[in-house]
Amino acid sequence: MRAVVTVSLKDGVLDPQGEAIKSALGAMGFAGVDGVRQGKVIELDLAPGTTEAQVTEMCEKLLANTVIESYRVDLTP
Amino acid sequence: MKAAVLVFPGSNCDRDMAVALRAAGAEVRMVWHKESALPGGVDLVAVPGGFSFGDYLRCGAIAAQSPICRELRAHVDRGGFALGVCNGFQVLTETRILPGALVQNASTKFICKTVTLRVETAQSAFTARYAAGDRIDIPLAHHEGNYRIDNAGLAALRDEDRVAFRYEDTPNGALDAIAGVLSANRRVLGMMPHPERAADPALGLTDGSALFKSLAEALVAA
Repeated sequence: MRAVVTVSLKDGVLDPQGEAIKSALGAMGFAGVDGVRQGKVIELDLAPGTTEAQVTEMCEKLLANTVIESYRVDLTP
Repeated sequence: MKAAVLVFPGSNCDRDMAVALRAAGAEVRMVWHKESALPGGVDLVAVPGGFSFGDYLRCGAIAAQSPICRELRAHVDRGGFALGVCNGFQVLTETRILPGALVQNASTKFICKTVTLRVETAQSAFTARYAAGDRIDIPLAHHEGNYRIDNAGLAALRDEDRVAFRYEDTPNGALDAIAGVLSANRRVLGMMPHPERAADPALGLTDGSALFKSLAEALVAA
């Protein structure tokens, strides 16, 4: 099984990289972007028997800093 | 004062920290991150600057899971003193020993320069030899020094006089110009600027010396 963990900055947390990307897109002539948020994707190849609850614990303890970040876990067989 | 300086793979201010502590009279032991115990009788644990674990995942995140950080947590829970500078501050927030988080500088650039800080409180073992309102020149060097905390947390820091230092001219976007914060019991200080780089006349800056002397005085009897 595979878990794809998507980590994003929470709303309201300044994202300087997102702002830089937005600025670059604007400079390239892409006018249709109102906002950019950059996050990260972490893919876990899970050993048989690993539970979603364990993946959630991994997110809470290490993969995301829940002070500033939120996360989403997508499990695929 | 007995001090332990933690050393992670990628720490690079650990020896500077030891030099500054020793100059203030401390007995210093360096402690590798895989150690599962602190030296006996340690009063202060210093978490130095650098790029622990290459800043992978988030600055300080992997160091915060090191075996020695469990001991750091226990030391703090016993009422022990701790000082985190730069990456050390990031480690202290990642362990949740200090509130808030440090994100990328608003400019997205690495900043390396000497800045003027305003000492906001003399009510701590770290700042007793300063006076509130003092201006001190301290170098900083970081890419993720932009302090963030939620509104309730910020209100608590202000109400409890726990902002130790503010930037005179905020270089990194930090909320409320915060450069350093104290724990609720005022025994843990985290700060982005490097007082250990301003503690020897040979380096041209000495405004950081008082921090180490304050600690040595407070902990001499501890």
